[in-house]
Amino acid sequence: MTQTRWDSATDDLLVAFQNAGADWFETGILQPADVLLDLYGEDIRARAFVTQDLVQGELMLRPDYTVPVVQAHLASGQGAARYRYAGQVFRQQTDDSDRPSEYTQIGFEDFGATDTAAADAEVFALFSAALKPAGLTAATGDIGLLRGAVAGLQTTDLRKAALMRHLWRPRRFRALLDRFAKPVPKRALELCDDAPEIGLRSRADVSARLARLAEEAETPPIPAGQVELITTLLAIKETSTNALSHIRDLAVDMATIRDAVTRFDARLGALASRGIEPDALGFEASYGRTSMEYYDGFVFGFYAEGRPDLPPVATGGRYDALTRALGGDSAPAAVGGVIRPGLIAELGGAP
Amino acid sequence: MTLKIGLPSKGRLMDKTFTWFTDRGVEMRPSGDGREYKAHAEIDGLEIVLLSAGEIPRELGAGRIHLGVTGTDVVRDRLAAWETQVLEIKALGFGHADLVIAVPRFWVDVDTMHDLDAVAAACRQTHGQRLRIATKYHRLVREFLQAEGVADYRLVDSQGATEGTVRNLTAEAIADITSTGETLRANHLKPLSDGVILKSQATLFKSRRAQWTGAERQALAALVDQIGA
Repeated sequence: MTQTRWDSATDDLLVAFQNAGADWFETGILQPADVLLDLYGEDIRARAFVTQDLVQGELMLRPDYTVPVVQAHLASGQGAARYRYAGQVFRQQTDDSDRPSEYTQIGFEDFGATDTAAADAEVFALFSAALKPAGLTAATGDIGLLRGAVAGLQTTDLRKAALMRHLWRPRRFRALLDRFAKPVPKRALELCDDAPEIGLRSRADVSARLARLAEEAETPPIPAGQVELITTLLAIKETSTNALSHIRDLAVDMATIRDAVTRFDARLGALASRGIEPDALGFEASYGRTSMEYYDGFVFGFYAEGRPDLPPVATGGRYDALTRALGGDSAPAAVGGVIRPGLIAELGGAP
Repeated sequence: MTLKIGLPSKGRLMDKTFTWFTDRGVEMRPSGDGREYKAHAEIDGLEIVLLSAGEIPRELGAGRIHLGVTGTDVVRDRLAAWETQVLEIKALGFGHADLVIAVPRFWVDVDTMHDLDAVAAACRQTHGQRLRIATKYHRLVREFLQAEGVADYRLVDSQGATEGTVRNLTAEAIADITSTGETLRANHLKPLSDGVILKSQATLFKSRRAQWTGAERQALAALVDQIGA
């Protein structure tokens, strides 16, 4: 458990996390690839370094700590706990070879808090205070609003599930929404007899989807007004105070986002009580949609203004969907974040 | 000072490359009995290095050869930010091949990438398994699927006879090079209408990483002049 390779800035951040009640967490650099691949799919292969072991099979050089922390917490059987960690993570840089593919990540994760708005605000305030000397700008968002909006669409469960599946792929999400907003063109499709049935997907699977496509063709388009509401929601980018009032107006016609709006309101209150002024905190409804899947509520990032060439110095958010994917429906809620101290040093400041 | 040019070391691609240069007045012929991996060019300062077509991108990227002939597909798959490492000098007009995504022909419900994504979702839901796509062009295929927003798939490595993987139950779909589509048809597969990842052909590349002194630049100018690039 040596920490000698880290600079004093890293130590200071870790002390801040320790003072917030976080236990020390450590895990190996080589991680089993199957869990990560199952959760994140092929996309992670483009980012992580994959290697082979004759006995253990496919392994990955730790791309981050989130999944091992969640697994360790679930295995511990504890309800609520907090963890801090620091160590090297490894990411392939295929397009931008000037960025390091190995760097230090310092993290803080909170599990099992029952008051999620308070926990979100506490984590954000912790990061904000720790990063204050670096003079960064914060960005926030909330994937829960978009989830609520999709849940409220007047359409089939099948279409809602298709949209939910692509929350984190904005382009495909938009294409699906546009497709569902129009009448479905009829496709005259029949099972074909002259081509042999090869592969695992059977002729029965094909007929099942043909039946679904026939059903789909009868589904009325999503009303234009509802598509408009989602478009308006996704375009929101203003101070948190203004965003909240704007989204409240939208909630008049979108009952299913009201729970998320209530949480947003409670979070802003909790942030204000910790000295974070909602009038000065930016909010973007689309923020965090292109990062890792499974962030499903509050999301935040800290970045250097005027340095769009650099990745965010810190990122975090709520990932209840990830703990549920690994631990089932009764898994504890989770919120946390990571900091890249190397970027702070590169920006010429020490926190 | 010699200008090193990497050329494919065997097969039709080698024959066509040699013919192409010879037709343009840069006579090239294999040495000895044709089994020896050595060839000679009738132009001053040009040295032929025979390599596997798949290794030519790596050699260009490392700057060990100044020029190389290979497919645009392998260059884009094997070299990160390929434009920063090599420059396309001339498309040679042969070795045409498209990298396409293909599925079994009896999948009448699947014609587009949208359909493939929907089938991948159903596959994971009903079989608890990601839709497997067999290919040897991992990076190109992954980038394409990512840009298209396809989820719930998995790439499985296939270094040859990729069209057979579906019948052999090791994949549900494939991504491979096709020129006429005959091999696909013979294996009861069909390309997706919007699943063309890349159109490739044999191309003469220049390495940006090799050492370019006056002599090499002069030899390149002479060669370019001769072949009309």
